[in-house]
Amino acid sequence: MFDYQFFIEVLIGGLLSGVMYSLVAIGFVLIYKASGVLNFAQGAMLLFAALTFVSLVERGASLPAALVATLATMIVLGLAIERTVLRPLVNQPPITLFMATLGLSYVIEGAAQLLWGTQVHGLDIGISDTFEVAGVLISRFDLFAAAVAGSLVAVFALFFRYTRTGLSFRAVADDQFAALAVGLRLPRVWAAVWTVAGIVALVGGLLWGARLGVQFSLSLVVLKALPVLVLGGFDSILGAIVGGLVVGAIEKLAEVYVGPSFGGGIETWVAYVAALALLLIRPSGLFGKKLVERV
Amino acid sequence: MSKLRRFKLIMGAVLAAGLASTPAAHADEQFFPLQSYRVGPYAAGGTGFFGGFIDYLNLINIRDGGVNGVKLTWDEGETQYEVERGIEVYERLKNRPGIAAWNPLSVGIAYAMIDRITKDRVPLITINHGRTDSTDGRVFPYVFPLLLNPYSETSGIINYIASREGGPDKLNGKKIVVLYHGSPYGKETIPIYKLLADKYGFGLEQIEVPHPGNEQQSQWLSIRREKPDYVVLRGWGVMNPVALKTAQKVGFPADHIIGNVWSNSEEDVIPAGDAAKGYIAITTQASGAEYPVLQEVIKTVYGANKGNLDDKKRIGSVYHNLGIVNGILNVEAVRIAQAKFGKRTLTGDEVRWGFEHLQLDPARVEALGAKGLFHSINVTWNNHEGDGRVTFQQWDGSKWKVVSDWIAPDWAFLRPIIEKSSTAYAKEHGIKIRTSGDDPVSQW
Repeated sequence: MFDYQFFIEVLIGGLLSGVMYSLVAIGFVLIYKASGVLNFAQGAMLLFAALTFVSLVERGASLPAALVATLATMIVLGLAIERTVLRPLVNQPPITLFMATLGLSYVIEGAAQLLWGTQVHGLDIGISDTFEVAGVLISRFDLFAAAVAGSLVAVFALFFRYTRTGLSFRAVADDQFAALAVGLRLPRVWAAVWTVAGIVALVGGLLWGARLGVQFSLSLVVLKALPVLVLGGFDSILGAIVGGLVVGAIEKLAEVYVGPSFGGGIETWVAYVAALALLLIRPSGLFGKKLVERV
Repeated sequence: MSKLRRFKLIMGAVLAAGLASTPAAHADEQFFPLQSYRVGPYAAGGTGFFGGFIDYLNLINIRDGGVNGVKLTWDEGETQYEVERGIEVYERLKNRPGIAAWNPLSVGIAYAMIDRITKDRVPLITINHGRTDSTDGRVFPYVFPLLLNPYSETSGIINYIASREGGPDKLNGKKIVVLYHGSPYGKETIPIYKLLADKYGFGLEQIEVPHPGNEQQSQWLSIRREKPDYVVLRGWGVMNPVALKTAQKVGFPADHIIGNVWSNSEEDVIPAGDAAKGYIAITTQASGAEYPVLQEVIKTVYGANKGNLDDKKRIGSVYHNLGIVNGILNVEAVRIAQAKFGKRTLTGDEVRWGFEHLQLDPARVEALGAKGLFHSINVTWNNHEGDGRVTFQQWDGSKWKVVSDWIAPDWAFLRPIIEKSSTAYAKEHGIKIRTSGDDPVSQW
């Protein structure tokens, strides 16, 4: 007999895992929307943020002080990347910019190990319990992560709707040349976006760090974000959230119900299968902007 | 290692040319080429293992003036645990004079080196890992999976579970889940677990975790539904702490999770925090710095500011002690070979002979200051593993504590399985199987 309770448990677990993927994907979307760059260094930034935070705490900094110092570090890092890597490459083909971020990810990973060493660290944010609702296991940590992701999206929505920088960002995202024509300063908008991406990396780094431990492989979580972006669209924050939920649910349900027929271990590639299938039907993703070009 | 040196190493890695330097080997030196990994995803394990190995070589040089006057030298090439870099380092260092043995501590690099080291007639040491069938020295004359091959590890884990349950007959009807890393390494023990399940009558489910293992929700929900008596964790890297954290999430008790030899280090449990408390893992070498050899390393090597670890708190950690034990085994093989061939720089083939006669009983282990650190080893020309014993240690939240005696895997049960595989390999590669230790080794 089909075990509905177990099915719901797997589904909820998958949806909540998906929110964690969305947290990484949002960082990608912000940069992509503003500058058309797929920032492959987002995972390395996430690692750098988490490693900086725990290393400061282990060296005696209080939690708020470490948080503020890491935030400041990430803002400086974001600004430095924009200034030294992206700005000189402006107007270069997208593949050049992508390769630049790929190289950047290695530099950041190396710098993180150079600065803070190669040791692994634990990160306890004090939420690890689970509880049951009608026999279905639910993780408090995952719920907390979902709440953080939701808050992040709400803050971004307000920021982009009601602040001058946010409105500039939307204008740039909509049409860079038109934005330039009306006098918006692109470098300033890009700097703001890289700063925000740094903050997102910090939030994602702390939550993923609490989940995995703070270690080098944190940078690999970008691989979880890629199918989310394909599904949700590279330029939609809402798409990143919905894409994450869909990918999380597909992964977990497929692993449990289809995996045994394939010998298990299918959840990583099954997400890409789903993403590729959608790509064939809807190339810009579920929420991505359809590209219309005059040729 | 100073920040400056780490900087050099990292820059070297970025430029794909990571290389620390020591002088080239001379006539009275025995050289150890080290394919180390001090940066990248596995740097925590690499710095510990190679740090321990170098610390022991340094101890022999400083305290004894080398092995019977033959100084030990080494050179590091950064691999970042990548096979192509490992081979690049091999090609770069293979012509250095007086190479004793290669010790890559990487399954991938070791596999890629087997043909090369056999042709070049130099031993390849894969302590605690590598091809299981390379235990058969009749077919693999230059490969030494010292102390523990994956099948012995599997048998040791099942024997430990049996001892906890009150004897092998009590395994009948129990349920064991093996959670394994989705890689050739992780899959290597699938058949042997099946054979052992048939032999002892326990229920078995083997569940794969896709690489790198940073997401295990569905696997652990399945485990929760199965309600096994034990989960064996055959993990690697980030998969281990995530397994422990997710186990805690689904309410599976940590002291019923038994980790394999690559799930047994501080790096595997510290990131898991409280979830790792009570977790048990197999090991061939106990952790801790209370053993005389470790005390000598602290006094002599670190006292002379020549210690290899940046953080002295890591002295006596699992990987550091594995490096120390690896150092002992390499040095003793050289010493044994010198007794036959003379107190001089030996050829790789002569050192191979030393490894094939590496017999350290508990009394000799004690004389080396390693009583309790590891049990013994008895390598012969056809048994390149050397019947290493295993023990189990439990994480108490801050350190590992040994919780079992030294346990012997079921070698008699495993040997025919190993020989079947090695014989097939010999046939496939046209290798003449040695029939005695005096047989000349075949070259491919």
